[in-house]
Amino acid sequence: MGSNSSSMNNIPNAEQLVQETGFSAAHILRLYERFQFLDKDDTGQLRPEDFGAVRELAMNPIGDRIISAFFSPGQETLDFASFVRVLAHFRPADSNRTRDGAQPEPANSSMGKLKFAFQLYDQDRDGKISRAELLQVLRAMLGMQVTEEQLQSIAERAIQEADFDQDDAISFDEFRKSLEKVNIDHKMSIRFLS
Amino acid sequence: MTWFIFPADNLLCRCLSIGVTVWLSALFVFIIVPAVLGVSFGIRRLYMRTLLKIFEWATSRMEMGAKEKKEHLYKPYSSGIIAKEPPSSLQQEIQELRGLASCLPSEPEFEMSDILYFCRRGVESIMDDEVTKCFTAQELESWNLLTRSNYNFRHISVRLTVLWGLGVLIRYGVLLPLRVTLAVTAISLLLVLTTLVGLLPNTELRFLLSQKVHLMCYRIFVRALTAIITYHNSENKPKNGGICVANHTTPIDVIILANDGCYSMVAQVHGGLMGMIQRAMVKSSPHIWFNRSEVKDRHLVAKRLGDHVADKTKQPILIFPEGTCINNTSVMMFKKGSFEIGCTVYPVAIKYDPRFGDAFWNSSKFGIVNYLLRMMSSWAIVCSVWYLPPMNREEGEDAVQFANRVKAAIAAQGGLVDLIWDGGLKRAKVKDAFKEEQQKLYSKVLVGEQDQEDRSDSKHLEDENPEEEKSQQDLTEGQ
Repeated sequence: MGSNSSSMNNIPNAEQLVQETGFSAAHILRLYERFQFLDKDDTGQLRPEDFGAVRELAMNPIGDRIISAFFSPGQETLDFASFVRVLAHFRPADSNRTRDGAQPEPANSSMGKLKFAFQLYDQDRDGKISRAELLQVLRAMLGMQVTEEQLQSIAERAIQEADFDQDDAISFDEFRKSLEKVNIDHKMSIRFLS
Repeated sequence: MTWFIFPADNLLCRCLSIGVTVWLSALFVFIIVPAVLGVSFGIRRLYMRTLLKIFEWATSRMEMGAKEKKEHLYKPYSSGIIAKEPPSSLQQEIQELRGLASCLPSEPEFEMSDILYFCRRGVESIMDDEVTKCFTAQELESWNLLTRSNYNFRHISVRLTVLWGLGVLIRYGVLLPLRVTLAVTAISLLLVLTTLVGLLPNTELRFLLSQKVHLMCYRIFVRALTAIITYHNSENKPKNGGICVANHTTPIDVIILANDGCYSMVAQVHGGLMGMIQRAMVKSSPHIWFNRSEVKDRHLVAKRLGDHVADKTKQPILIFPEGTCINNTSVMMFKKGSFEIGCTVYPVAIKYDPRFGDAFWNSSKFGIVNYLLRMMSSWAIVCSVWYLPPMNREEGEDAVQFANRVKAAIAAQGGLVDLIWDGGLKRAKVKDAFKEEQQKLYSKVLVGEQDQEDRSDSKHLEDENPEEEKSQQDLTEGQ
């Protein structure tokens, strides 16, 4: 904060990011400052430890999962463009955008948001949420507050409810179906003040 | 004899001596005498109004400059960059997510959508979080001609640069030396006079004199900082036998409050100049200074404070329960020590106006000397002090709840955000207890209210409720 004269010129590939993500230039600027704030040693890249500066994230039960959602598998650093692309999932959906089939699915559509949520469960990215993965998430969210038996029964019930093809795992389509009543756009959107 | 020989020098010497005399007498008349007598000419308020007009002009020039270039002026958002919905409980949010009116709390139901709640909260905190905001200086919407707070370098026209340059000259060339002179005067007077008063026998007269001396020195100090303070609700001023608590933004808070009343300070014993001042002060009035080793001993601290308030002839104690400096947009957790003593608490809210200079002391960025220099080269320090009605601990209220009640009152009055976070978070990591709290809340939604122990961390008693264990069994069997 303070003495950096932030301008769009300092941000690499700014226009491209605006096009790609749909964030406005002002929003990209604010995110860039946030990125710089998190990047304490000024390397232009973020590491998982840098997210530790955010105290509210440390108290979030699935904080670690959210952090790893920013990093592609095998990658240990995160540059600004990738940071923004992940955050683009949380932009409120554009209601009046007409899209032809050739364009890729925008990150902030319902589908994009669902995919992001799915990946929080599916850590090994094999396209299915296995029983073990579900148990891991439940353990993270509940901590020591429930017993092992309770955990198992909760997981069992969840799989039974969602798993239609009886393969003991939840695929993306089954996941989507179980969330069809939820207003994804509302619950997974973060609005900028402007 | 040499000054006869060079007429030019003679003239110069004369001018210089006249200048210095005028300067000193102006100083004396306009600043020191009013300080001693406790009156004010109103010069500082006039100064404040003029400055505000200049700042508005400067900001509008920058906006014009930005418009010409068809760019946007960088406008900092003091309330954060993302819209956060009004905080509702975890329970409420998850029920909303599920959207089912029929979700009975006793039925443990996990929904795949539950994760969305934590997911969004997590990403929101990555974009913008409350705690970090507290420990960085507040951002301003208009420019106050200090480069420290300017983010729009490119939009400054030539005229503004000239104005800014003039500002620098005035601040560093005129105001800073003046203020340093005053500060030095104030400190020396304090040292000398308190020692003198301390020599007197312990009578009513001495008490009165000591009060006058303290007040006078603080008033000079206030003028040394060009602090323009507005006191509200003076009928609630702290009385003897009580503790005054206030939110903490800067070490200058002490001077701001002591300018209007006499308090007993509480602090660690320092060395150097500070130590000298401490020793001098305690000669004429009762302050509480702790050695480093004594600070750790909570019982000793509590005892000394307790003894002090029990003695009704002694002044009220001044304490800052946050324990560290916060940036004046919010109030952090109050440490419960001062609330356990059991006497009347007089809350005071202090709010600084950031338009004239940021008073917050970011101790990780600047040392104290650097900070004081910055303060003395700002335009002014403008603040409001509200004295709130005294509060006492109520029946059945423990120290923590009492502390939170007082904190809420101070936050409400000062227009500050009331946070649960501990000021110690500035340097420490988040304790796992916070995460556990979240997990507890979520498990309540799933597993129900019956077998969950509430807030306290005390161990769950074995023989507590046979019904609870039974219902727990029912639940697991029902699966």
